Amino acid sequence: MAAMLHTIGVASPVASGGVFPDHQSNKFAVSSLHSLPMIRSEARSNLSSLHESYRAGKLIAKAVATKGENAAASGASKPGHELLLFEALREGLEEEMERDPRVCVIGEDVGHYGGSYKVTKGLAPKFGDLRVLDTPIAENSFTGMGIGAAMTGLRPVIEGMNMGFLLLAFNQISDNCGMLHYTSGGQFTIPAVIRGPGGVGRQLGAEHSQRLESYFQSIPGIQLVACSTPYNAKGLMKAAIRSENPVVLFEHVLLYNLKERIPDEEYVLNLEEAEMVRPGEHVTILTYSRMRYHVMQAVKTLVNKGYDPEVIDIRSLKPFDLYTIGNSVKKTHRVLIVEECMRTGGIGASLTAAINENFHDYLDAQIICLSSQDVPTPYAGTLEEWTVVQPPQIVAAVEQLCQ
Amino acid sequence: MAATAFSASKFTQSFSLNSTRSVDRPPLFPASHPLKTTPSSFLGSTRKLSLSSPSSSTSRRRRRRPSRSPAVVAVSEVVKEKKSKSNVSLSNPLITNEEGLELYEDMVLGRSFEDMCAQMYYRGKMFGFVHLYNGQEAVSTGFIKLLKQEDCVVSTYRDHVHALSKGVPARAVMSELFGKTTGCCRGQGGSMHMFSKEHNLLGGFAFIGEGIPVATGAAFTSKYRREVLKEADCDHVTLAFFGDGTCNNGQFFECLNMAALWKLPIVFVVENNLWAIGMSHLRATSDPEIWKKGPAFGMPGVHVDGMDVLKVREVAKEAIGRARRGEGPTLVECETYRFRGHSLADPDELRDPAEKARYASRDPISALKKYMFENNLASEAELKAIDKKIDELVEDAVEFADESPLPARSQLLENVFADPRGFGIGPDGRYRCEDPKFTEGTAQV
Repeated sequence: MAAMLHTIGVASPVASGGVFPDHQSNKFAVSSLHSLPMIRSEARSNLSSLHESYRAGKLIAKAVATKGENAAASGASKPGHELLLFEALREGLEEEMERDPRVCVIGEDVGHYGGSYKVTKGLAPKFGDLRVLDTPIAENSFTGMGIGAAMTGLRPVIEGMNMGFLLLAFNQISDNCGMLHYTSGGQFTIPAVIRGPGGVGRQLGAEHSQRLESYFQSIPGIQLVACSTPYNAKGLMKAAIRSENPVVLFEHVLLYNLKERIPDEEYVLNLEEAEMVRPGEHVTILTYSRMRYHVMQAVKTLVNKGYDPEVIDIRSLKPFDLYTIGNSVKKTHRVLIVEECMRTGGIGASLTAAINENFHDYLDAQIICLSSQDVPTPYAGTLEEWTVVQPPQIVAAVEQLCQ
Repeated sequence: MAATAFSASKFTQSFSLNSTRSVDRPPLFPASHPLKTTPSSFLGSTRKLSLSSPSSSTSRRRRRRPSRSPAVVAVSEVVKEKKSKSNVSLSNPLITNEEGLELYEDMVLGRSFEDMCAQMYYRGKMFGFVHLYNGQEAVSTGFIKLLKQEDCVVSTYRDHVHALSKGVPARAVMSELFGKTTGCCRGQGGSMHMFSKEHNLLGGFAFIGEGIPVATGAAFTSKYRREVLKEADCDHVTLAFFGDGTCNNGQFFECLNMAALWKLPIVFVVENNLWAIGMSHLRATSDPEIWKKGPAFGMPGVHVDGMDVLKVREVAKEAIGRARRGEGPTLVECETYRFRGHSLADPDELRDPAEKARYASRDPISALKKYMFENNLASEAELKAIDKKIDELVEDAVEFADESPLPARSQLLENVFADPRGFGIGPDGRYRCEDPKFTEGTAQV
């Protein structure tokens, strides 16, 4: 497979040893994703069978899939292990740090404290204080420092203690992270990962409840991904670290304690692809991060009411996976976008535009985009609840779309 | 400005260098600063520095403590004065003949190149914001000529001469300014974004202060390579150049803190030319003595006459040596001056002509020239030969840039992502970069 990856002259993200359980990874060589036979290696068989089950129309009733039963069904050797999302992130990070000594972590309280959400717990004792660097509170400067380190050969993972703090690093993220590869004429690469918890939590107040994906999405030169399950958290973390592009990995404060069984063997996911959560026929629901769970909760109600929604976790916020999305639109002809971003200028707004541009002919109804209100997230619990999209709203929107 | 309360000498003593100095030589970093001697209203340029000839041992001591006497004089005048007094000045010059010629050539290259830039700008060959370095050559030459190729330099928008001193060919810089595809950044960066991976020039930044964290990161990599990757011989040093205006910016302070905290191998070089476009340094800064901000963070702060390349070189040797030995960062404030406006678009009306004349008489190139003559380090003919050589080099650079092609349309998207899969998957299932209408690959350098 490595040979095929190299045929079109792009840098392969997998230098050695990595296994691609996603059948989509051979995309480089084949032009059409699903139609041709896929190249599989034995170790991936349990997961490819999972994807097969998607296409066969088997419902994944719960948002958090228990891969164990599918693995047993396909007869694969290892059942995997259960862990929480923050542990999955740590596992991915740790594996990459072991694999490549140039990978380092930079951020506030990542070392001795283990990270404000424990994503980096145990890494500093293992790898040392220089590889897991506790910084002073100077986001713009330590982000810039990470970028300088990336330019000179390291692969830093820069953590924003809360994504909102990265607003202070906007100068460095926009001007240097995004632009330097271009303004240097391709001489310097910035293989940095910028990650951190964001999103609306439980009454954290306006400033700790920000969704920066909308602010960052226009910056040319960076990729944005959002994880939502332990499985894709680990896979995206690894992919982001291995990528030569600067990647911003959005995690969500409320999802860190999600539990899931993930494979024992190594896997790396694809940064540019979306994830099919639940195939369906009636309507396409596009979502990401925490809203995936609100959507799946609404889906329970919808299924009882006789609807068959298709749910896609877009995962890649920039660029959009227009193939997966497009195929879905061509099938269902109705689109609902559910996001936690603000209404104005959010990911949903861009996605609406992209779908209208590319798949207008396939739409039977106007795209409905459910976003958070354009308000600073209030502290009061009731107000906060009304700021973000709730499952009843999703149900109502689907009913409206499918009239 | 009562700086007497703060005993800088006591503080800097604790950072005295472990160099093999003779006993009679005091610590390098001066205990006082010209600006503090005569408090009066305004105008830093009226402050006087006490200089002495760099060539005699007794006057060398006095040079290290330029505290009390108020006269500022050009090096050439002092040399003349010393020469009339004794012959001691001729016995041990600071540089050899080769070094002198190298320094001279580098400064003349910087000057001629910038003058040519001005010409080309007014002829419509380059556009936008072009910031020229005339007058400040001593800082670039004094520091960068001491570096190895692996050492890194980070600059600001006033970066042409830093690029040239670091070794980027004049052709590449000129082409970049003309926006041609043969430029060092393929025409994509421009005047304010000079980069060279080969010569470890990490930019070229338009926003002030933006480059300092990047420099700190490069220094961090050097330390990381030594301590984590166990490359024991990795002693690469990073120089960060920036101006007086930047020294009021948060990123400056944040990086001083981090560099001192982790003892990063970096030298912060302040090119204090007293003006940030039209804002005088004194109108913008509560305490204009920038070198003092070093000890506040736990690193030595030095002030040096940035119009004298030999003085700068001496200070640079110490500071770079410190960094290489792992002793940590240094803050060096170079008092210098830009002979032209902030940029070619600046009418430069606010600066006092008398101030400009004063600094023009301290032109670093003439000063070095005189020094070399006085010390028999070079002949008139040798220097003229260098002048001619540089003229031809710069002409050749212009010719090359003129004849180079403009970037083609296909170049537009090429370097947005190092991995062009970042453009995503199109509706047909293929990566966009696989589409023949899309460019792919990264620039070959």
